[in-house]
Amino acid sequence: MTHTITITDTEETFSCRETQHLLAGMMQLGKKGIPVGCRGGGCGVCKIHILCGTYETKKMSRVRITEQEENAGTLLACRVFPKSDIQLQVLGHLNDAVNTTKA
Amino acid sequence: MAMTGILRPGHVQLRVLDIDEAVTHYCDNMGLIETDRDDQGRVYLKCWDEHDKFSVVLEPSDSSGMNHMAFKVRTEQDLWRFESNVKNFGVETTRIPAEELNGCGERVSFVAPGGHRFDLYAEKESVGNGIPTTNPAPWSEDTVGMKAIRFDHCLLYGDDHDEEVRFFVEALEFELSEQVVDGEMQIAAFLSCSTKAHDIAFIRHGEPGKLHHASFLLGSWEQVLRAADIISMKDIPLDVGPTRHGLTRGMTIYYFDPSGNRNEVFAEDSYRYPDSPVLTWTADNSGQAIFYHSRTLVESFMGVVS
Repeated sequence: MTHTITITDTEETFSCRETQHLLAGMMQLGKKGIPVGCRGGGCGVCKIHILCGTYETKKMSRVRITEQEENAGTLLACRVFPKSDIQLQVLGHLNDAVNTTKA
Repeated sequence: MAMTGILRPGHVQLRVLDIDEAVTHYCDNMGLIETDRDDQGRVYLKCWDEHDKFSVVLEPSDSSGMNHMAFKVRTEQDLWRFESNVKNFGVETTRIPAEELNGCGERVSFVAPGGHRFDLYAEKESVGNGIPTTNPAPWSEDTVGMKAIRFDHCLLYGDDHDEEVRFFVEALEFELSEQVVDGEMQIAAFLSCSTKAHDIAFIRHGEPGKLHHASFLLGSWEQVLRAADIISMKDIPLDVGPTRHGLTRGMTIYYFDPSGNRNEVFAEDSYRYPDSPVLTWTADNSGQAIFYHSRTLVESFMGVVS
């Protein structure tokens, strides 16, 4: 099943399958500089904040995402699998790439 | 002359977020062999051509990265001599009793100036490489995937680069084989305790105690290309390669384990002797130093650590 993911900062959307992590979906936007790091929840470059929507996660390194952050919806895009349409903000390195680079 | 003192990187203990995914990656994809598990849930692995019981320990954890890297020294006398060297340098040491890791002798443990933990040990249970020591076959038939030959080295990022390198040279008797310099400032140091181009390397960084990669030896460039096939076939997150490094001349490919720890497999790198000159790369040429063909630095490769 495929869901629509909206980056609220730029109003851009991309589609993402339930079996695909959000970073993989976001990479389809084709923007230069989207920080694709380890894709295993270890390096912390693909930080996002989920505003609404349901999702499942895989374990993320606690060095990168604290328990409080995780509970508040601040997550690593490579470890989040959508279960509904999602609205999110991008943070840190990812924010620089999404908000300053033209698609 | 045979090697003395510190012989080689003996093992690396990596923190992993999911032990089953990690075992599948290191065993099925890379060809390491599981030799033991313990009551802390740690899994012990070795490459096929290693004789000692393990060279990788996977530790279930809520974070990624390196718990410690250990070097094997030749004799027990060497162990106590290096313990004294480390203390004299001003770094605190602790002793870890034998069998804290299954099959490993007593260890001397310390945190080097860049924030990385290292252990030294003289004894580890030998389980052999699956090949008789009389009239041996050239390779083991019992290996799959990339068929990694041995755990070879780590590249580490630390926040006190100059002191960490000085510590390895002065206290642990490593020698500088290659370096990247920006004017007077050293950016990267490749250090050897053997005839290898490097047994450990350090890059100047802002955070302490980070792992850039743990590296494993393959037999040839063709084996590196075959590893690249496996990376795509098994959907392993690729970082960079296959390509050649200017530094150390190695043919290489980089990818990530399922917890985001970077691995390298490589082949056909350079060698050194105690009288070899130090090779220097200048920062204005660091693209070529790192990726000899593209001569272009890759952001993920430079910045992503666990």
